[in-house]
Amino acid sequence: MKYLYYPGCSLEGTAREYDISTRAFMAAMGAELTEIEGWTCCGASAAEAVSELLTLVLPARNLALAEGMTPPGRDILVPCSACYLNLRRVEEKTRVSHDLKDRINEALAVEGLVYHGGTRTRHLLDVVSRDLGAAAVARRVVRPLTGIRVAPYYGCQCLRPYAVFDDPEAPRSMEPLIAATGADLHPWTMGSKCCGASHMNTKMEVGLKLVGAILEAAQGADAVVTVCPMCQINLEAYQRQVARQTGVAGTMTILYLPQLLGLAMGLSPEALRLDLNLAVTGGFLEKFRQTATAA
Amino acid sequence: MALAEDTAIDLTAMPEEASALADIRAMVQPCIQCGTCTGSCPNEFAMDLTPRHMWRLVLLGRTEDVLASRTFSLCSACYMCTLRCPRGLPLTEAIGRLKQLAARRHLSHLRSGDLFYRNFIASVRRHGRVREMEFMGLYFAQMMNPWLPLRYADMGMRLMRRGKVTLQLPSRGGGGLNRLFEKVAEMENRS
Repeated sequence: MKYLYYPGCSLEGTAREYDISTRAFMAAMGAELTEIEGWTCCGASAAEAVSELLTLVLPARNLALAEGMTPPGRDILVPCSACYLNLRRVEEKTRVSHDLKDRINEALAVEGLVYHGGTRTRHLLDVVSRDLGAAAVARRVVRPLTGIRVAPYYGCQCLRPYAVFDDPEAPRSMEPLIAATGADLHPWTMGSKCCGASHMNTKMEVGLKLVGAILEAAQGADAVVTVCPMCQINLEAYQRQVARQTGVAGTMTILYLPQLLGLAMGLSPEALRLDLNLAVTGGFLEKFRQTATAA
Repeated sequence: MALAEDTAIDLTAMPEEASALADIRAMVQPCIQCGTCTGSCPNEFAMDLTPRHMWRLVLLGRTEDVLASRTFSLCSACYMCTLRCPRGLPLTEAIGRLKQLAARRHLSHLRSGDLFYRNFIASVRRHGRVREMEFMGLYFAQMMNPWLPLRYADMGMRLMRRGKVTLQLPSRGGGGLNRLFEKVAEMENRS
């Protein structure tokens, strides 16, 4: 299976381990990723707060670049939920409005680019759960994560507003994948609740409430698994502040999905760059060490 | 009623704002005031107007009351209201339009979000990709609150220990996007 790859800005900076583990996991699954040449920022959540046209033109630039890649016909794989939504939105809107596509192309012309509308943007979780599938992951598991309890956290923008691959309110697409690793599922209802997104930067007191509720519900799990760099950093970086507010003490391990799957498939914590995560507890690593003796 | 009259005066003074407002109002025109948006919003607890109330004020043309509130700036774009709205209205998108309207006015009570997003976008314009540390640094400097960076000091230290923030990325995206930004601005001023 071959995909074009749009990492997005976070995956070059604070979420480097998401980029590295996604590439390592996909390679181990036999999938091939080709990075879109010359990609630029999708606008994140910032463009929408500034300009409607920019919100569409910034992602469209990348879709136009993707259309120029050969061979054609490959889906665009995106690990970041915010990038995914921004790119997907342009596909959905230009499909129903040719006027809008013309407006976007008028802007792109200054870059010598044209967007024809022939791309298909896919979230990493969509590709892992539907193209690759839990059975294919299970076949490659060499180190079952027995005794490790995992809470799947989906966040918002890979699920909503476009319900493409999962139930947008009660998502379950990660459950078969977690089962494939041999880990136990932490049952909870917080998987699709908002982490506050950029509130943590502009309105921290509001962001801390949302993150606090998620971390509180995760108590009893050994790790929370995410599929978005924004969700990840919100859940992992402010745990001390949350503890002061909610009284829920102790660190919760927060991993990216390809890190969890990769561990069970025998990739090392070093290769998956667990050292770059902000919250991985000694308790979690100890439980992971115990899986070696069990296997 | 006095508020509605004030709004009317504002609108004739700023025709481009009037057309943006007419667009937003058209987006939520079929609202039946059921309150599903309010019940679905994770940030409602921190808002001064509930989302349902805010949409009512939008429909009544009480723009100044809407822009004076914090409500739309507290939307974290989770799309739960959009998903559940029984009328199928693009509520999150309409809130985006309100944010754009407010950004053009540089409202003081929304300063933190305004500066954050403007510095973010300026970084994209300069480099093509976001340099997280550059724009956070400019944001802190412009907020002129010496205590603000301290709230992020713990995270900053941990990011630094992992070599995540000293890293200044080369702009492999082919440099800045100045021409594209200028073109978008020209098109938006035209319409």
